[in-house]
Amino acid sequence: MPVPTRPLHLAVAIDRPGVFDAEPYVRAARLAERGRLDFVTLGDGFTPPRRGQGRPDALATLSRVAPATRRIGLVPTVTTTYTEPFHVSSAVATLDWVSRGRAGWSVGVSATPAEARHFGPRPALPAAELWREAEAVTDVVARLWDSWEDGAEIRDVATGRFIDRDKLHHVDFESPRFSVRGPAIVPRPPQGRPVVAVDATEPLPRAAAARHADVAFIRTRNACGLRAVRAAADDLRRRVRAEGRVPARTVILASLSVALHTSADAVALADLVGTWYADGVVDGFHFRPTDVDRDLALLVDGTVPVLQHRGLPRSFYPGATLREHLCLPRPANRYALARETA
Amino acid sequence: MTTRTGHRQLHLAAHFPGVNNTTVWAVPPAGPTTTPAGDAARRLPHFGSQIDFASFEHLARTAERGLFDFFFLAEGLRLREHKGQVHDLDVVGRPESITVLNALAAVTERLGLAATVNTTFNEPYELARRLASLDHLSGGRAAWNVVTTSDAFTGENFRRGGYLDRADCYTRAAEFVATARELWDSWAPDGTPRPFAHHGRHFDIAGQFDVARSPQGHPVVIQAGDSDEGRDFAAATADVVFTRHGTLEAGRAFYADVKRRLAAHGRRPEDLKIMPGVTFVLGDTAAEAQEKAAEIRAAQVSPQTALLALEQVWGRDLSGYDPDGPLPEIDPDPGGEVAQGRVRIADPLAVAAKWRALSRAKGLSIRQTVIETTGRQSFVGTPSEVADGLTRFVEADAADGFILVPHLTPGGLDDFVDQVVPLLQERGAFRTEYTGSTLREHLGLPLPAVKIA
Repeated sequence: MPVPTRPLHLAVAIDRPGVFDAEPYVRAARLAERGRLDFVTLGDGFTPPRRGQGRPDALATLSRVAPATRRIGLVPTVTTTYTEPFHVSSAVATLDWVSRGRAGWSVGVSATPAEARHFGPRPALPAAELWREAEAVTDVVARLWDSWEDGAEIRDVATGRFIDRDKLHHVDFESPRFSVRGPAIVPRPPQGRPVVAVDATEPLPRAAAARHADVAFIRTRNACGLRAVRAAADDLRRRVRAEGRVPARTVILASLSVALHTSADAVALADLVGTWYADGVVDGFHFRPTDVDRDLALLVDGTVPVLQHRGLPRSFYPGATLREHLCLPRPANRYALARETA
Repeated sequence: MTTRTGHRQLHLAAHFPGVNNTTVWAVPPAGPTTTPAGDAARRLPHFGSQIDFASFEHLARTAERGLFDFFFLAEGLRLREHKGQVHDLDVVGRPESITVLNALAAVTERLGLAATVNTTFNEPYELARRLASLDHLSGGRAAWNVVTTSDAFTGENFRRGGYLDRADCYTRAAEFVATARELWDSWAPDGTPRPFAHHGRHFDIAGQFDVARSPQGHPVVIQAGDSDEGRDFAAATADVVFTRHGTLEAGRAFYADVKRRLAAHGRRPEDLKIMPGVTFVLGDTAAEAQEKAAEIRAAQVSPQTALLALEQVWGRDLSGYDPDGPLPEIDPDPGGEVAQGRVRIADPLAVAAKWRALSRAKGLSIRQTVIETTGRQSFVGTPSEVADGLTRFVEADAADGFILVPHLTPGGLDDFVDQVVPLLQERGAFRTEYTGSTLREHLGLPLPAVKIA
């Protein structure tokens, strides 16, 4: 089967250590939206401040950004180690509602002893255990998003029923470390399921990405990492196939740290992106600016126009939701499918 | 606070319509006691989405147009069930509070933003961080309504699974709030993080908090609940009490009791605001308002809702009964449990006896009886009468303000803001502009002192 043609996908991290005001995040997201990027990311976790600089909750920050933007996807990191799975599901679903279908969720774990101590005296579990748990959380969260079928809300005056309760489902999820009864408190979000992203650079999360991710990042420190990125991307595609999933439904992005000082740097980056993309190494790029204000402006006004001129990324948003930007279908509801085939 | 005209200033908050039968989502077929459905439908035209952001935006913008102190969201952690199935007669489905309030911070400028968040199913580090983030991202407008849950039914959705008995809920809540305050206080005044350590019965945590001191220092803390433990908890640590509305006398007694408890904690009476939750109905004339109020109560109790209310009291399956017929001859089953996720009825036999007496005395059907016993709206009348009623409670020391609970989404506050707020302002009982930018400033609450470790 031929691989469906995708445009080059572009995303950018808008992390700003030590910034707690909303305005700089809004400004960065709007700038990225002007460049017609697919989405912005914002990292998070429960680590202590680095170099005396903290950060606000990422999902909160992108919720604050949502009404101030119109099209750009919003992908915060939410960790699964200490947050209740039910709360993760509700918060990401709500981000999807307030952004009218632009939410994603970058799955993370809290593996450091410092994070563990913020929650109690028990030491952190080994990373393998944390990722097993993260996968279970990702699984139950997706089930909770499906636990209201589309059209569950009927507002039927004749029978007095607001909902058709046959279209609401207990998820009855059991895993070694938690169980959830359901259904969700939030109705099924506009995208059906918000986009799930995983940083697949390391082996453990790569296995999780193969099973759960709509978007996978492969980090590289510099532009010389092509060989490593190719190997990781090929490995991921192989694993996706082995899981019985369609490889074209996992968008693989090289996550590249960038520092752009001049427009010449911006054009050089466009050349690199074009080459990697033409090689079929990845489906697109996730840029991690060293300095958001400086680098993002050069990306949007330098790199992106050069790439658009070459016809690689879209020059407009043909759709409204993040899934549409990423050419990913709205997932069918597993409970509706089960009921229809019963 | 008093103004030149001598009136005490009242505070106002807006509660997003809830997911119980207070919120009218449709006009049910007319029963024998109601006016024709067409008439009611004409008067109750707006049945908007309970989940679209546009509904939240409309209500929040309306509250801000009315210069309200804050916008209030309740919390849901488990859908209610009836006879083992998801309850299907009321509005159901809502967003996660803190997330939607962050979004509302983008479309409002001054309005306080209050989230109800449970202490039973959260951890202090995480929740303190989310609340401080909301305070930063809204420029100092965050509030936290602290609640606890002690039922295993809700616990089934959570990792902690378990639940705590009532007493433990309160000690955990108190320690939770104290721990959150330690985290909020942990950054030095020069803007650098300092280590924290809390070793208590419920929480033993240490490290560094990663959110800088927020504009309000501490988000405003709201306490809901009227129990003795609740009052003590409020006196010790809350900035606002969200209480039940009752008679003027009951309000005065509650107000005096809670304010009296403050001194023991080294606090002044004005450091804690008492705000009952109230409903209202406006009409051009008193008679029209009463008529509308009756229509709303009828709309709140559909034939199906009437049977369900009956089953809750009787503790039995009564689905075979005609809602327009008489009350059942059979007695309630005091051990029967048909509803989950609702407040339990303490003495079903007594309630049933009361309902039977009422039904006999007035010749009422099941549905008419339920409508008759449904709580009356707190303030019913012309805009002027409602404004009088509100100021009377404040002048009489029965309240410092009110949390208004509209029964329609999203237009339920429009008439109040257009018709009642101007009258309150004319009487010098309500602000004519926001004088501060933070919720603490709206409420006249001091900034919490920075504790030097």
